[in-house]
Amino acid sequence: MAKKITQKTKTPMPCRDAEERSHSFEEVSLGYTLEDARREAERCIECKNQPCIAGCPVEIDIPAFVKAVADGDLTRAFVVLSEKNLLPAICGRVCPQEEQCEKVCTIGRKFEPVAIGRLERFVADWAAAQGLEAEGVRVAPTDKKVAIIGSGPAGLTAAADLARRGHQVTVFEALHEPGGVLIYGIPEFRLPKSIVAREVHALERLGVEIKTNHVIGRTFTIDELFTELGYEAVFVATGAGLPYFPNIPGVNLVGVYSANEYLTRSNLMKAYRFPESDTPMIRAANVAVIGGGNTAMDAVRSAKRLGAEHAYLIYRRSRDEMPARKEEVEHAEEEGIEFLLLASPTEILGNERGRVTTIRCQRMALGEPDASGRRSPKPIPGDTFDLAVEVVVFAVGQGANPLISSTTPDLHVNKWGNIIADPETGATEKKGVFAGGDIVSGGATVISAMGAGRRAARAIDSYLAQGMTDGA
Amino acid sequence: MYPVLSNEQLAPDVHRLWIEAPHVIRKRRPGQFAILRISADGERIPLTIADVDHARGALAVIVQGVGKTTRQLNRMAPGTAVLDVAGPLGRPTDIHPGSRTCCIGGGIGAAVVYPIATGVKAQGGYVVTILGARSRDLVILEDDLSRVSDHLVVTTDDGSYGRHGLVTDALKALLDEGAVFDEVVAVGPLPMMRAVCEVTRPIGLRTVVSLNPVMVDGTGMCGGCRVQIGGEQKFVCVDGPEFDGHQVDFDELASRLRAYREQEQEAAARYDEECASADMWAV
Ligand SMILES: Cc1cc2nc3c(=O)[nH]c(=O)nc-3n(C[C@H](O)[C@H](O)[C@H](O)COP(=O)(O)OP(=O)(O)OC[C@H]3O[C@@H](n4cnc5c(N)ncnc54)[C@H](O)[C@@H]3O)c2cc1C
Ligand SMILES: Cc1cc2nc3c(=O)[nH]c(=O)nc-3n(C[C@H](O)[C@H](O)[C@H](O)COP(=O)(O)OP(=O)(O)OC[C@H]3O[C@@H](n4cnc5c(N)ncnc54)[C@H](O)[C@@H]3O)c2cc1C
Ligand code: SF4
Ligand code: SF4
Ligand code: FES
Repeated sequence: MAKKITQKTKTPMPCRDAEERSHSFEEVSLGYTLEDARREAERCIECKNQPCIAGCPVEIDIPAFVKAVADGDLTRAFVVLSEKNLLPAICGRVCPQEEQCEKVCTIGRKFEPVAIGRLERFVADWAAAQGLEAEGVRVAPTDKKVAIIGSGPAGLTAAADLARRGHQVTVFEALHEPGGVLIYGIPEFRLPKSIVAREVHALERLGVEIKTNHVIGRTFTIDELFTELGYEAVFVATGAGLPYFPNIPGVNLVGVYSANEYLTRSNLMKAYRFPESDTPMIRAANVAVIGGGNTAMDAVRSAKRLGAEHAYLIYRRSRDEMPARKEEVEHAEEEGIEFLLLASPTEILGNERGRVTTIRCQRMALGEPDASGRRSPKPIPGDTFDLAVEVVVFAVGQGANPLISSTTPDLHVNKWGNIIADPETGATEKKGVFAGGDIVSGGATVISAMGAGRRAARAIDSYLAQGMTDGA
Repeated sequence: MYPVLSNEQLAPDVHRLWIEAPHVIRKRRPGQFAILRISADGERIPLTIADVDHARGALAVIVQGVGKTTRQLNRMAPGTAVLDVAGPLGRPTDIHPGSRTCCIGGGIGAAVVYPIATGVKAQGGYVVTILGARSRDLVILEDDLSRVSDHLVVTTDDGSYGRHGLVTDALKALLDEGAVFDEVVAVGPLPMMRAVCEVTRPIGLRTVVSLNPVMVDGTGMCGGCRVQIGGEQKFVCVDGPEFDGHQVDFDELASRLRAYREQEQEAAARYDEECASADMWAV
């Protein structure tokens, strides 16, 4: 260990004022200045084992890029980053770093870890401002056609990698705008849509064709992509788009939303700008969001921004068990989100017009750890409370959308509807069909979906090279 | 962009537009719909694909101007274009070859029933159609429907055309006369579909209805279109839009359709004002 630690905590991230931002969809975190970044990068002690690299699902050479930042050589930093990560501006913002690269950082054992995510974001934003683009080797074009279904992080990554290998790539997207959850789910205040659009444009410059408004399974089936449209390989990256509603009375009252619908209306359809935009949503003074993940956090913070006086987050375990990124939980709290922990809804009550008036909750206590290792919540008998709300948003997980599997009989799914694919290659049991991202893993992370896209691209490339002799 | 090829008025506030969208019609079957978005700030709205023209790569939608987006659409001139058309969406109609089917279309429901009747006829079925409207000027698609029907009855609520009365009166009369059907397909306002189901339920006559909840994505991702069918939750955009009418919870659907009533009225009023001032300048 060459260096001594001079600063025990992370260099703070400049943020918009909490009160101001709770009414605005502008991005909350403003990003490091060069000075901040170099100061933070200096904290890396360039330890021998470099555990951070293995902590990153795409194995970015973190010490090398951090060192380049410390040296003030941002071009080099960007080159190192882009070797492994196609979307650093996005990952720097949304990766759950405390569970990944930063979790295992050596100095994190005693102090706060190096703020790897913030540095990654800084470098990526700097590169974008300079108009720098990831180089990537481009080889001579082949005549192989590959179809990618879904334009979330898994699909975008696979498309870029395959285009760089010279293949003719088409991305089919069901919605009118590409980006997947990055566009319809994660709000502007956390991930500006201009960043996603920039990455999509970069892809188009690589020669990738993006066909929006194409719902595979309906517009064409997977078999038709092969037989009628002449694709030689297909990558299914359709995400985890099937909302769950709990089986309690009142879930179909007016005012009850899935987080997908609530966030899609707000983000993709820009309902927060109604009536300038045409898509409405119910603006309520009191909103309850159920769940403890990133999706719940995004929904409840959006509710506040849409004008709620009281935006409640109802979660059945305690704060420590919340799966959301730590930073988002802190931001939510600063913005005045009211956390109702150890509580779970049992019923939603409505008025004579079928509109939500009240959510009834059961208080919980934590019991023994369950299979996931987290302490499982147990109801406290007789301990319930009512909360007056007009909107309830469920962010209690997602299933696999069956549109593709139900129209592709020889594509096999597990009991949760997730497509069965080889974790190393994404190969499915159907010849020429690969799958990855949330449709395989269930709801996971942006970076893991990208990792799956990258692995599948590699496998598809060799599958195409082998003259498609070797099927699954 | 998807060009509007033609726009023809069928009744007050009801237009038929042909729109070029080759990818949507290639695989389209009767009963399916498309989702359209006119412009960048526009709403996504579901519309039944009423007809297709493979030579032109175009689909027909028949639109009733009930709110901002549908009124905007009805004003679109040939040569303009809509920004997005996605589809075909929903499950195709479950057509039993050779079936004796009574197709009932009330109001704009005729636009949804027309492709279904066409499909049943093409599969060798026997089609009796009951076409209902409030008054004579609101009767649409009479010629088109009579071409694909073995027998067509028109009813108007006020008696200004055809048989005086509701579609259910005509259905009861047919049944009383001894007509035998394998199934009934009823599409129209919720109270109409419910009333038809009440006629057919006691005699155990299978009745299919096409539901029209508010939708967003149309792919099963948002759950906004959920309905209760026989106590089970279904998503109309992927599991429907057609369901066994005897299993539908119409009360719940009716209340969910009113979810955005106030905002819709606000948007429509603003749009009408804009149109009024635009028209003023045009004079
Ligand atoms: C609200 C929210 C917040 C999140 N926050 C974070 C976070 O902070 N950090 C993090 O790491 N992860 C976060 N996640 C999880 C992360 O976004 C996902 O794990 C990731 O986006 C999955 O990527 P994907 O490419 O597999 O699918 P998706 O991003 O879901 O994209 C799938 C795409 O496929 C399209 N599609 C689906 N079916 C079809 C079809 N039949 N035909 C054509 N196209 C189709 C969809 O429209 C969509 O565009 C969040 C998720 C949500 C919902
Ligand atoms: C599968 C399906 C197929 C459809 N096919 C057709 C069709 O072929 N022709 C046609 O004219 N309409 C059809 N509709 C209805 C059409 O989608 C709505 O009329 C449209 O979304 C209204 O949009 P708007 O912005 O003009 O009005 P809004 O401002 O959204 O609403 C105005 C009024 O219409 C009511 N409304 C809103 N959404 C719907 C809806 N989905 N169904 C019925 N009423 C609604 C509102 O309660 C309000 O009173 C279909 C709907 C579905 C779900
Ligand atoms: S991609 Fe994510 S996990 Fe990897 S270094 Fe960046 S922030 Fe950490
Ligand atoms: S683990 Fe932490 S200290 Fe070690 S190299 Fe990685 S970032 Fe630097
Ligand atoms: S419209 Fe979103 S699930 Fe049906």
